[in-house]
Amino acid sequence: MRRYATLAALALGPVLVLAVFFVVPVVGMVGRGFVVDGGLDVGGVLEVLGRERTHRVLWFTVWSAAVATVVSVLLGLPAAYALHRLAFPGRRVVRALLLVPFVLPTVVVGVAFRLLLGEAGPLGGLGLDGTPVAIVAGLVFFNVAVVIRAVGAAWESLDARPGEAAAALGASPAQVFRTVTLPALRPAIVSAASVVFLFCATSYGVVLTLGGLRYSSVETEIYLLTTQLLDLRAAAALSVLQLLAVTALLVVAGRLRAVPDPTLARQLARPRRPRGADGVQVGLTLLVLALVAAPLVTLLVGSLRADDAWSLDNYRALDRVGQGSALLVPASDALVTSLRTAVDATWMSLLLGGLIAVVVSRRSATRGERRLRSTLDGFFMLPLGVSAVTLGFGFLLTLGRPPLALLDSPLVPIAQALVALPLVVRTLVPVLTGLDDRQRQAAASLGAGPLRTFATVDLPAVRRPLIAAAGFAFAVSLGEFGATSFLARSEHPTLPVVIFRLIGSPEPEAFGTALAASVVLAAATAAVVLAVDRLGGRSFGAL
Amino acid sequence: MGHVSARAGVAAAVLAVATTASCSLVGSGDDSSAGGDGSERQQVVLVTHDSFVMSEDLQREFEQESGYDLKIQASGDAGALTNKLVLTKDDPTGDAVFGIDNTFGSRAIDEGVLAPYDAPLPDGAETYVLPGDDGADGRELTPVDNGNVCVNVDTGWFADEGLAAPSSLDDLADPAYADLFVTPGATTSSPGLAFLLATIAEYGQDGWQDYWTRLMDNGTQLTQGWSDAYEVDFTQGGGGGDRPIVTSYDSSPAFTLDDSGGTTTQALLDTCFQQVEYAGVLAGAENPEGAQALVDFMVGRDFQQALPEAMYVFPVDSGAELPADWATFAQRPTQPLTVDPATIAADREQWLQEWTDITTR
Repeated sequence: MRRYATLAALALGPVLVLAVFFVVPVVGMVGRGFVVDGGLDVGGVLEVLGRERTHRVLWFTVWSAAVATVVSVLLGLPAAYALHRLAFPGRRVVRALLLVPFVLPTVVVGVAFRLLLGEAGPLGGLGLDGTPVAIVAGLVFFNVAVVIRAVGAAWESLDARPGEAAAALGASPAQVFRTVTLPALRPAIVSAASVVFLFCATSYGVVLTLGGLRYSSVETEIYLLTTQLLDLRAAAALSVLQLLAVTALLVVAGRLRAVPDPTLARQLARPRRPRGADGVQVGLTLLVLALVAAPLVTLLVGSLRADDAWSLDNYRALDRVGQGSALLVPASDALVTSLRTAVDATWMSLLLGGLIAVVVSRRSATRGERRLRSTLDGFFMLPLGVSAVTLGFGFLLTLGRPPLALLDSPLVPIAQALVALPLVVRTLVPVLTGLDDRQRQAAASLGAGPLRTFATVDLPAVRRPLIAAAGFAFAVSLGEFGATSFLARSEHPTLPVVIFRLIGSPEPEAFGTALAASVVLAAATAAVVLAVDRLGGRSFGAL
Repeated sequence: MGHVSARAGVAAAVLAVATTASCSLVGSGDDSSAGGDGSERQQVVLVTHDSFVMSEDLQREFEQESGYDLKIQASGDAGALTNKLVLTKDDPTGDAVFGIDNTFGSRAIDEGVLAPYDAPLPDGAETYVLPGDDGADGRELTPVDNGNVCVNVDTGWFADEGLAAPSSLDDLADPAYADLFVTPGATTSSPGLAFLLATIAEYGQDGWQDYWTRLMDNGTQLTQGWSDAYEVDFTQGGGGGDRPIVTSYDSSPAFTLDDSGGTTTQALLDTCFQQVEYAGVLAGAENPEGAQALVDFMVGRDFQQALPEAMYVFPVDSGAELPADWATFAQRPTQPLTVDPATIAADREQWLQEWTDITTR
């Protein structure tokens, strides 16, 4: 019983938060679709699920997200290796840059991609604009960093000795990878892949912008049904479908993640210099870099052009407010607001995510307990898999009145923390699960209390992943994410809000200014992530 | 592990709950306007879309004149606004609304989202009142601004090519103009929807489908939103695209001025669909008097005159002065295309579905 009490106590806070800010709004919104004239109408919902259009939309969602996930993993693995196990100058900068896509508003990324791939763009000859290839490329652009960061964090603390032993016994590098490294990394890879899949399956702007409106996913369909047509029944049907699919995915991922002995001998391998044998990995890493950098370079170049000449005018315009300017506040003010919101969202998601990770990763004594822990694990992944518009409208519906009159409180950081939460959990859990429980028992038998055990055994192990997670959470919150666009904004606009306004303005200079503001947002993110990474690196080295 | 004390767990849980409590504190610096000096100033909450802009000077002016504190609840795009109000009509999240347009107006009235309020209209505003908004208790939607969605062309591009610029909707489907037109989609953009409605007005309920088939066969490009179409694909946009025909506004030529005192684009005045944005008092508002005062303020001269600079739309007040560039370069259609709001409310869903079928074929 004591075990359950501890588990419940640790999980109580996060569960409450998720219940209020996720379960209640989603249930409220989906419920509206099921209840017609005061009675439950399941038949109507089933009818929607039988439509030919529903099947087509579902099929497109599944295959585009699956392909994007596979590509992200295939490109992300070698990059994770190169960026986390090899030592070369500038690797921290590259790691920080790879997180930049996370913070850019989709509308900006859409514009950047289309400037590149559109008929008049440098890659226009490829004819990719408006094709599924462009959609997948966009999804990979956003998500490859998830694989690199999450798997990289696990790879970094992977003991190199078993691999070296296998090599000494005559195994080829490929054999070592297949029989030693890959199995050890499997939990992290499956974790990252499931998060990426959920992000891809629920992405909205990428599908519409890069697909030229020719493709519909479940998410774009729910959006259309809810915001334009107010066909709540059909929207609810699709939301339920989404929830079921996500649950199924999480169950499968849970199975795949489970390994007979998750214990990893944790031994931080020193990054070494690249050798000739690393050529393939380094080459693929460069490819990833090119994919991520190309749209960013497009933005940078665009921001430096004004009146058909190179100039810094767009950057000078960032602080000009008033006549003839689409800016409502100087961009610097908006940046400060963004950073403050992101800091709030980051510590919230780290705190909640940390608690969940601890609960989920503890070894269970009974089967029931194990089931309980893995259910909790899946529960916190759900926000990633549910339509932002369902959640956003649900907020309005359920949080606007007592007993939960919370609409006037600043919900934006909380909503962002909820999105970042699964990333935090998925980054921490593989490492915590990999800890040998005997270390904790040893500490305890030497007289350490539970807190001290945690501080001396768990904490050092998760410090690096924690920093990786903090970078994620921060980047996620700096960007504007789905559900937050349905929440009332504070009077102080964030930088993404400013960019959104600039890009929609007919003022002739506004477009260039929007690109400049995006570059500032990207640079600020990279700088903060880099600083956090450095901080982490140094203190770890001192251990 | 068995003896991890419940105490540590409880402490952590408390901390987590405190998280939610304290984050409201972190961000609540914004709310300092609430009368802390003991005098109970009443608040009026405006629900609107996220393109809404009201300068701080105007906000202060309203607060001083009316004695209410103004709180602006701006979220989501214009399309979602009416449906959000319908969803929360039993318990509205605010007192007044701005941003319901003539394509959604009928639905808002039918759903009982609004309370009647006959705001005194400025000169010229009468023509913008929503057709059919004449309930026994009074008008529900007060027109605040308007603008026309028109096909725009890059005049210089056509001069250089030695090709006469198109002038009608028919021309857009003419093979002479193949692959030259870009428009935001009707399902994802409000000017995109306006353009679809223009074609429905021109070709009729049974003829527009055929027109759109020809339009798509003629290499029309669809984008998600206005900025994508205008900035990325249009030849006069910031991104230097290669399509010289685009769906935009009648005010757009005022923003494409060249060095020799002219404009480089032109709005085709036979292709325009008129958009009107309305304000109103929400049914069940906590502060209906405050909402009425706000609606009055929005049709007042100061707010009307600020509209072009703030939201790039025309005032409904014919006496309001326009910016010089607008007065010179923004030509307006005398007879824009229209579709009866009640018909839009009834057929929107079917039109959008048919449109999707035609454009994704």
